Amino acid sequence: MSFSYVVRRILLVFLVIWSAATLNFFIPKITPRNPIREKLLEQASRGGYIPPGFEDMVQSYEKRFGLDQPVWKQYLTYLNEMAHFNLGYSISNFPKTVPELIGQSIWWTIGLLSVTTILTFLIGTLLGALMAWQKSSFVIRNILPGILVLSAVPSFIVGLLLIYFVAFKWKLLPLGGAYDATKLPVFNASFVLEIIRYATLPALAFILTTAGGWAIGMRGMMVTVQGEDYMTFGEAKGLKDWRLFYKYAVRNALLPQVTGLAIAFSYIVGGSVLVEVIFRYPGLGTLLANAIRQLDYFLIYGIVFILTVAIGIAMFIIDMIYPLLDPRIAYEGN
Amino acid sequence: MSNAVLRVNNLDVEYHTDAGAVKANNHVTFELRPKERLGLVGESGSGKSTLALAILRMIRPPGKIAGGEVWLDGVDLTKISDEEMRRMRGNEISMVPQGAMNSLNPVMRIEDQIIDGMVDHNLGLSRSVMKEMAAEALRAVDLDPKVGRSYPHELSGGMKQRACIAISIVMTPKVIIADEPTSALDVVTQRQVMQTIGKIQDQMGSAVILIGHDMGLMAQFVDRIAVMYAGRMMELGTVKDIFTDALHPYTQALIDSLPVLANRGIFNGLPGITPSLLDLPTGCVFNTRCSKVMDICTQKVPPLREHAPGRFAACHLLE
Repeated sequence: MSFSYVVRRILLVFLVIWSAATLNFFIPKITPRNPIREKLLEQASRGGYIPPGFEDMVQSYEKRFGLDQPVWKQYLTYLNEMAHFNLGYSISNFPKTVPELIGQSIWWTIGLLSVTTILTFLIGTLLGALMAWQKSSFVIRNILPGILVLSAVPSFIVGLLLIYFVAFKWKLLPLGGAYDATKLPVFNASFVLEIIRYATLPALAFILTTAGGWAIGMRGMMVTVQGEDYMTFGEAKGLKDWRLFYKYAVRNALLPQVTGLAIAFSYIVGGSVLVEVIFRYPGLGTLLANAIRQLDYFLIYGIVFILTVAIGIAMFIIDMIYPLLDPRIAYEGN
Repeated sequence: MSNAVLRVNNLDVEYHTDAGAVKANNHVTFELRPKERLGLVGESGSGKSTLALAILRMIRPPGKIAGGEVWLDGVDLTKISDEEMRRMRGNEISMVPQGAMNSLNPVMRIEDQIIDGMVDHNLGLSRSVMKEMAAEALRAVDLDPKVGRSYPHELSGGMKQRACIAISIVMTPKVIIADEPTSALDVVTQRQVMQTIGKIQDQMGSAVILIGHDMGLMAQFVDRIAVMYAGRMMELGTVKDIFTDALHPYTQALIDSLPVLANRGIFNGLPGITPSLLDLPTGCVFNTRCSKVMDICTQKVPPLREHAPGRFAACHLLE
């Protein structure tokens, strides 16, 4: 792996983070809504009347959050704050800070979705590889229609079905949440088991609907790879079947899948918002959904920025692993 | 002639298509003697590569071996189990592939691609011995053993083809089937690669089947030539006999089609194209293009027969 390759990849990561941060800043600004007024109005309406000097209060809060400045100035301040990982206060949960809120929910999401994404990748890829392998059993080679149907169903629908049947009718697993909220969480083995029990249904909703995508992609690549000359020559060498399958076919068909895995990590929150919401899972997806509903600029900025950085780093790691998987990559541009 | 190392007997290979079954190989019969170099020539689609794959029992569905026998040193390859056949490949009978450019696994070092075949044949050798054998095989094909540490994309076309040859000879097989091993190379490299194959064959004492359509290359390299057309064996004889006194009109047409420097600009090609295997003429398959066609040719398939010692042909002119 050459030095210039690493440098180029690092620069690319910064470029990606900057562009995403910029988009992230402007998109919520498009709406004419004013989150501070909404929040104060909501509080005021609870009191039953709008106090005198309400507009002054709105303005003083806007000033406090810097929303009275021109947009370009807000943008520069925003970039500066983000660069220092200064995520500020939440509007909707004031005076809680954005890092505080993210810190409470991020581990639930990472725990649930990184495990699920990796599981899905492994199951889907292996299934797809077997579906295309000519020596697989008849059943495996012909499950494509079933896979296609499942991958076309949105994950929240499967989630709702699972909640209805498994949790509500058969009472096999909890309806939602991340742990039993009626008890005080004590960190021990039974609490870990409880977390896994609560995470099973959301994870299943996710795996059932996304494994098919991996399988179909892998199947396509495997069909192409099996037509390659090195497969014929490998067979003529008298290689064992498992070696032809793993070291020759899967190993080469896997390369685009690995890129896909990096992209899939970026959906860890974006793609799971609905699943988290319907399972009342206290993760980043639910937090983001609430932030968007209340137009909590700073919470949205904070969550998306953290995600972008995470994706950037994930992409970088994949880029670093890629030359190890495919020796031809490192030589690009030489 | 019973000392043949490889004996193919009435081999039929069928492909099932929507329009019906086609015979890519039809009653193919020939023998390969120890240390012999046999050339297998014919136009594209004549069944040469199918024959190579059928001998290795690597015909994939919708194709299958529909009949006949392939005897390798007293074992009928069409009768043994898949696992037994796998052990034969590479060890007893090996292939030098057609498309050297893509015949190596792009994500493995050359050395590992030489060794993995040996590992899967349970030769009972240690890793270091196999590494030494791999280096030896690379030396045998005139490559620096350091090439073993390279990946395929780091090699030139000629080097890749040599690496493929190294892979196919490392277990000293009795029979090597080289399927147009030089068709992707320039003539200089072509010559070097052919010399390498010849040199190794002399050292190891293997028999070689060289598949191709370059009559000039055949004339230089092989001992005997087998001519195929539309899945059938048309003629089989020594190089000298074939080139000086071809028995079959098709063989004669092939030889006449070679350009001669004295007659620059004049090509004596063979008119027409190979018939579709789905729609073969009745009788002799060559009757639509033959210059000496007779009535019987459209009615009866001529048998492949020995017309003079060691000279086989399938033509009514000789009956």
